[in-house]
Order: sequence, then structure tokens, then C-alpha cells
Amino acid sequence: MRGGGLTTLVFLLPLLFIFGAFSWYPIVRTVIMSLQHTNLVQPATWVGFQNFERVWHDPLFPIAVKNTAYFAALALVFGYPIPLIAAVLMSEVRKRRGIYSALAYLPVVIPPVVAVLLWKTFYDASSTGAFNTILGWVHLGPYPWLQSQQWAMPSLVLESTWANAGGTVIIYLAALTGVQTELYEAASVDGAGLLRKVWHITLPQLRGILLVTMILQIIGTAQVFLEPYLFTSGGPANATLTVLLLIYNYAFGNSLGGDYGNATALSLMLAGFLTLFCLFYLRATRSWSTR
Amino acid sequence: MNDDDFGRGLISQSEWRRPSVRWGVGTTQALLLVALVVFGLGPILWLAKSSITPTIDTITNPMSFFPHGAAWSNLREAWTTVHVGRYFWNTVVLAFGSWGVQIVVATTGGFALSVLSPTYARVINALLLGTLFVPTVVLLVPLYIEIVRPPLIHHSFIDSYWAVWLPAGASAFNVVIVKRFFDNLPREIFEAARIDGAGPFRLFWSIVLPMSKPIVGVVSIFAVLASWKDFLWPLLVLTNPNEQPLSVRLPSIQSQTSLGVFLAAMFIACLVPIAGFLVFQRSFLRGSGLGGAVKG
Repeated sequence: MRGGGLTTLVFLLPLLFIFGAFSWYPIVRTVIMSLQHTNLVQPATWVGFQNFERVWHDPLFPIAVKNTAYFAALALVFGYPIPLIAAVLMSEVRKRRGIYSALAYLPVVIPPVVAVLLWKTFYDASSTGAFNTILGWVHLGPYPWLQSQQWAMPSLVLESTWANAGGTVIIYLAALTGVQTELYEAASVDGAGLLRKVWHITLPQLRGILLVTMILQIIGTAQVFLEPYLFTSGGPANATLTVLLLIYNYAFGNSLGGDYGNATALSLMLAGFLTLFCLFYLRATRSWSTR
Repeated sequence: MNDDDFGRGLISQSEWRRPSVRWGVGTTQALLLVALVVFGLGPILWLAKSSITPTIDTITNPMSFFPHGAAWSNLREAWTTVHVGRYFWNTVVLAFGSWGVQIVVATTGGFALSVLSPTYARVINALLLGTLFVPTVVLLVPLYIEIVRPPLIHHSFIDSYWAVWLPAGASAFNVVIVKRFFDNLPREIFEAARIDGAGPFRLFWSIVLPMSKPIVGVVSIFAVLASWKDFLWPLLVLTNPNEQPLSVRLPSIQSQTSLGVFLAAMFIACLVPIAGFLVFQRSFLRGSGLGGAVKG
């Protein structure tokens, strides 16, 4: 049934209208706005690359970039191995594996706002906060958690890992069912132990999916917003100010009117960086992922 | 699962026969289960417990079980005095509208691109896939401006639910998975229907849609969950507190009421997603990548 007639257009109408108005047009509009000075009151004026220059010279810009990179790095160190280890262990569960995966996935269905605000309660810095109480049982703390410049960011990463690990576990569990079990048998015959089997058979067969989850996690953490916004509003002393929070502050943080030029310029810089990073990542890992 | 499955995985049959291996694996799995219960379920159980604990007990002794009895009044107070009931209803209405828009766009678009497949379908496909590579943050500011000052229509959509419902439909992921499902439907049936005189509308409504219940179900679950979780966009476009969903209200509720009532409000906000997850567990886990893992 190939056709280009009016009926086809009628069926395409919702898609074309919704994507045109709320996806394609705003993408083009971002590029235009980044080159303009707009405040919604006076007519927009073209300013060339001034917005980009102003963002580049904003003293908060390097802080936000550094914090976002720190968040992404910490999330990679803590959040990347945990789902993998959990999934490999879970894949060997024979009975009632459903319970394991349901428990692992449960935090993912909790609304993120609830997750953050609940953890904010846990992070209460007084000695009767939930976490400080538990650590007090083993005579540790009390720790200041979100109130300390040093520990605020790791606290954010801890909550974020808790909230997101379950989704990755499920992806790995699916990938693990595709691992060729004949190789395990052959390795056992050759006398390989458990760890060697995981290292030499399981992980190499998962490398495709491992590379994908890593880049997806980096793209996701580069856009972290909710945690710094709700936990700390970027504080203490800008210790958790991320790039997305800076974009938000440019556009919506000032009650006198948003600096939409700066906001769109910074969001384009982030998108451009992520695109370049992805290309570089794909090129760098190409030989490894298809070998 | 039967006994043959033992030894088909990481641990071989001969290894499995050794008591030390059995014991070690059993212990590891028991520890894993304990860890999953503590970390996965623990915080939610704590929230459930604290939502019916007097505020003073939660503050002074967060890890104890009801030292001075339960306070069911927290839940009642949250629902009525703090207006969680109204915000809950707002969340339901927002989720329902976003779901409707997403289903209409994904099914009609998927049908046109997959079954009717006009010559220009390639171009639209490329444009759709392209949006998957654009970080959502790029859209934030221009979308907001578009809602405040829409082109052509000189009427702000701030505080209108359409400002949340319509942009929710622009999910390329939905269209792509629905289209891919339609691609795999047997073409012979469409041909037979056409010979019997069914036009495109009949084909869509009476044949393709009824055959697509599984994929429509998966898209529906994720549409409702995503809407329930949404925070930043409704925060920006719904400025009237009486219209805001629960997730947007929760940070303000925190400063307006006691800790016990606030935690009760948060617990209420979790109920629908958790209940939905328990009922549609298989769809959730399959939709998140389990596909094909539940063999036999």
C-alpha cells in the first residue's frame, strides 16, 4: 500500500504538527536565539557571537563545567560497575529471579522529585538524621553531607546512582541472556575458575552493550539538573552548580527577566560538546567494539 | 526452570556438584538479596513507616519503629489540609492528556510511515531520528518562549494544560518503536483487507490498532510514568499552584507543613507508580530492555 495521497497526509498530520511545533521548530529557534539579544519586551536584535563570548567569560562557567565533569566522573566510578556486578550475580540466580530484578528496578519508578527530597531528609546533617543515626551505630560521624563543599557532590552522586542503577541492571540482564553458554562449558573443561570466566568470556561478549551504556550515562550525567536544583540549589558556595543549572539560572533564575541569549548559547555549547565527544568516543572505541 | 538449566550458565555442572561452590553461590545470592532489599526497598519502606509516624519521633529517632504509636493523621492532613488530593488529581489529568497525545501521534504517525509508507517517508524518518540526538536541554528555552509567545496565535499558553500535553507528544522514541512494531505485522493481512474493500482508515482502526495492543500497552505505561515523574517542564509552564501536579508542589509543601505530613505527601506521590509497576512488572522490565530474556 504505497501512496503519497491526501489520506496519508491526514495520518501524518498529528506527527508533523507536534514535531514541527515542539521539536523541529524549537531546535532551529535555539540556534537563532543564541545569536540574538531577546528579552521578550523589545524586538530581538542580532548580536553575532556575543552571547557565546559572554558565557565563555562568565566566572561561573568554568565552575559549572568543572562541577559537571566531577559529577559525571564520580557517577562513572560508582554508578558504572555496580549495575554490572549486580547483573552478573543476578543472572546466576535460578529461582525467583523476578524478585531480584523487581527490587533492583523499584527505585527507578519512584518519581525523581520524591527520590531527591527523600534523600535530602536522609542527609539531615544533625546527629539524628537518618544516615547519621545509622553511621552513629558504628561510631562514625555525624557528617555534614549536603552542607559541606567537599561532600555535597558525592552525596548527589550517591542518590543519583541509587535512582538510576536499576534501569542499567535490566539492560545488562537482557544482554547476559545472549552470552554463548557453550564457551562457559569449554572454559570449565579447560579448568578456568569463576572470575576468569567472567573476565574472559562474559565481559568481552558484553562489550558492545557496555560501550553503549557508558556513553548514555555520560550524556545523561552531563545534563544533571534535578539533583543540584532540589538538593542544594548549586551550593554550598557553588560547589554543585552544574551546566544545566547555570542554563536554568540564565533563563529563569532572574525574576527581572531571563537572559535567553546566554541560556541558548550555553545549551548549544553543551550539545556541541556532547556531539563531538560522541564522535570521538565512537571512533576511539570502534576497533574494540567490533573486534 | 528444571534441573537441566543448572550448569548452563557461568557455573558448570561439574562445579555445581561441588558443595563449596553450591554453598558459596548460595551465600552470595542471599547477600545480594539482602542488599537489594536494603537499598531497593529500604528507603521506600522508611518513607512508608515515616508517613504514619509522629513528626517528633521521625526527627529525634528516625530509625526506630513507632516509639510513641502511629500517626495516621499525617496521611489525612496531607490529603486535605495541604491539598495533596487536588494536586494528585492534577497529576492524573496531566498524565492522561500526555498519554492521549503520545498515543495519537505515535500510532497515526507509525501507521502512515510503516503501512502507507509514502515516498517521502524516508525524509520524515530521518528528521525523527535526528531529534533523538538532540539533548532535551536545547529545546527548553525556545519551547518556553513558544508557550509564552506562540507564533501566529497571540495568546499565551502559560497555565494551560495544553502546554504540557502537546509537547509530550514529540517523542521520537515512541514513534520509532511503534513503527517498528507495525513493520513486523504480516503484510498479507493488509492486502486481504484492501481486497475486501477496506480503506486506510478502516485498516488502521479495525485491523492495525487491535493487533498492536502489546506495543500500545508498553508506550502507554512509559507515557504515564514519564508524565508522573516530570518536574521541570510543568514547573516552568504551570505557574498557578492550584493547577500544578504533585511533583512540582512537593518542594513547596516541604516548607509549608510538618515533616510527618510532608513525608505522607511524598508517600502518596509514590503510590501510583509503585502500584503500576507491581501490576505491569513484565511490561516494565521488558520495555526497559529485558526483551527475550524471559525464555520459556
